[in-house]
Amino acid sequence: MKEQLETVFEAYKGEKSELIPVLQHVQKEIGYLPEEAMKHIARFVRVPESKVYGVATFYAQFKMKPRGRYIIRVCKGTACHIQGSPKIASKIEEILKIESGDTTPDLKYTLEEVACIGACALAPVMMINNDPHGRLSPDKIKGILDSYE
Amino acid sequence: MSFEKHLMICGATGCISSGSNKVQQALVEELEKHGLKGKYRLVMGGCPGLCEEGPIIVIYPDEVFYCRLKPEDMTEMVEKHLIGGEVVERLLYNGPDVDSPVRFYDSIPFYAKQKFNVLRNGGIIDPESIDEYIMRGGYRAFSRALEMDPETIYGEVKQSGLRGRGGAGFPTGMKWQFAAQSKGSKKYVVCNADEGDPGAFMDRSILEGDPHAILEGMLICGLAIGADEGYIYCRAEYPLAIKRLKIAIDQAENYGLLGKNILGYGKNFKIKIKEGAGAFVCGEETALLASIEGRRGVPRHRPPFPAVEGLWGKPTCINNVETFANIPLILKKGGVADFASVGTEGSKGTKVFALAGKIRNTGLCEVPMGITIREIIFDVGGGIKDGRKFKAVQAGGPSGGCIPEEYLDLPIDYDSLTSAGAIMGSGGLVVMDEGTCMVDLARYFLSFTQKESCGQCIPCRLGTTQMFNILNDITEGRGKPEDIKLLEELAWAIKKGSMCGLGQTAPNPVLTTLRYFRDEYEAHVYEKRCPALVCKALLRYCIDPEKCIGCRRCTKECPVDAISGEKKEPHVIDQELCIKCGACFDVCPKKVQAVEVLSEGLPEPKVNETCEEGCKCQS
Repeated sequence: MKEQLETVFEAYKGEKSELIPVLQHVQKEIGYLPEEAMKHIARFVRVPESKVYGVATFYAQFKMKPRGRYIIRVCKGTACHIQGSPKIASKIEEILKIESGDTTPDLKYTLEEVACIGACALAPVMMINNDPHGRLSPDKIKGILDSYE
Repeated sequence: MSFEKHLMICGATGCISSGSNKVQQALVEELEKHGLKGKYRLVMGGCPGLCEEGPIIVIYPDEVFYCRLKPEDMTEMVEKHLIGGEVVERLLYNGPDVDSPVRFYDSIPFYAKQKFNVLRNGGIIDPESIDEYIMRGGYRAFSRALEMDPETIYGEVKQSGLRGRGGAGFPTGMKWQFAAQSKGSKKYVVCNADEGDPGAFMDRSILEGDPHAILEGMLICGLAIGADEGYIYCRAEYPLAIKRLKIAIDQAENYGLLGKNILGYGKNFKIKIKEGAGAFVCGEETALLASIEGRRGVPRHRPPFPAVEGLWGKPTCINNVETFANIPLILKKGGVADFASVGTEGSKGTKVFALAGKIRNTGLCEVPMGITIREIIFDVGGGIKDGRKFKAVQAGGPSGGCIPEEYLDLPIDYDSLTSAGAIMGSGGLVVMDEGTCMVDLARYFLSFTQKESCGQCIPCRLGTTQMFNILNDITEGRGKPEDIKLLEELAWAIKKGSMCGLGQTAPNPVLTTLRYFRDEYEAHVYEKRCPALVCKALLRYCIDPEKCIGCRRCTKECPVDAISGEKKEPHVIDQELCIKCGACFDVCPKKVQAVEVLSEGLPEPKVNETCEEGCKCQS
């Protein structure tokens, strides 16, 4: 992991204000923020470890647990809510047998909720990694999930 | 190189979700097949607004608008239109609001009442080309501003009457003046692109469709206040917007519009992008600044306002995306008068709204201030989906309020929306029909604000949690008569006691639904009934034996095996086992519709006189 971190750090100067971009970059590389990585980051941007932990836990984007290869983000925005996103989420939970926020044991899928993707016109919407899927209904879910290998 | 035609494919998030990438691929293949590759210009452009009809292609100079396209339509479009010169009628807009297919863009009713200021370039230029932006008059206002002194610049902004488009509506020119008059050699310009309101996507579309307009607005602001550095704080959930901004910044640097000694005038300006990390409260200006500095996004007390003490303690001018996008229009020659000629006394110019929810034409529209809500929903938006009845519209997201039918003729401006208990907000309009439960909606918004409260001040942190718990109880059938009053008391306490805008506005959805839909709360609390048939705990699913054809579809779909019955015999749902997931309702064939959803409420209390001694009902 140390080598991975060193490569990430090369793109930064090691300033306090870079904490959030560095956390984002590390999470992109490793998939989540292991405790060990946060310690290294603290030293790099010269901020106490507690502060790093504080920032990492404040923002919804940062994850402390390993995540799946496919991140399913079900939009919980207003438009999606009134167009039935709760049913979409429970259908995925039923198929994958995990709850929102969890990862399947084979590390294939992680199910998350997101406040709003901004594709309200196509509600209800979910994203799998960077692909948006709009105008969902519970019966379409299985087919979409199966298209990811 | 000149092209015979320009083909603008909407490449915004909405159309990509409905498959515009695949349409584009098919189009490229089709053009290659006919050896026409260099003849036409293909642009994955910005958003023409009508997301409902996506994917969309507009062909210029013909101005023909094709919608709801599929990859397999491309053969016909290329062969018939591009080669044959004949319009493909089948692919034109043909909504219920027109008699026959519409050929031209601006004859579609959705566009009839719109006025494009901010969205002037969306879907017309290639958002990744600075030349196209300049051809449309881009950076002309900035070059004019370079010759002006700061007082004249913010003076013109003041004169135009522009108010902040982020929600609160503070006069932009005044904000600039304060920042300009603050002492200090280092100042910052910040663009708030942290569009957090669920149900709003105006800023995303502007960033994706016309990124240079934001840069130009920020550059002009820099001249007005004397700043040489700017930040754009953009949500990480908008990867395409970030990508296009980065391209735009690179291009502007190459053209000498950003960097040192800009156009030889001795002014410097650089712009950096900061990606948000998923916190709604960071839309609040002081929280946003904390986040740029690399800290937890927690708001602080104002004053001092950011114009005096902002980023790293230096004077900072923060404006929203849409506000900056208006600036080049105001600062161009004669722009002030043009801008101020549209709108109402207290609210000048246009406003972009995101239409979503149970409305026919979902998408993005830009209308003059002062237009009524009814015109937006019924003329621009095409009315309610599936012929259902309008119930309310939520304006301003979780900080806003719902507006019922009797206020539909309210003109859209900052002050009249506030008088109805809602706010202009950033411009999200989520439309609801009779199938939306207002108590559930209030519960939804509180679940959102409760989660997003930064936790710093107690009225917001604990207050929103308490309100959420009470609303949860009400929607799950545990509401107590005193709950309604308690909700009102809590709401006012949170509004008065919270430090930042998040807490001060979080109770608005509850207060407005209580004001306009109190009967729904009462039905939930007193009768344990959900009139809109939404709140699961108060529903009962049953099968009409007269209608059921015994097809066994629902028995197969039921996740808890609560439905029994032989083939071709009426089925029965075991109410003890039923988890009210609604799967049976969804799979029951449309022609049959044997599954019914009921919310009957409490049964009338029965007195059983013939009861045996020791029966449980007596205790």
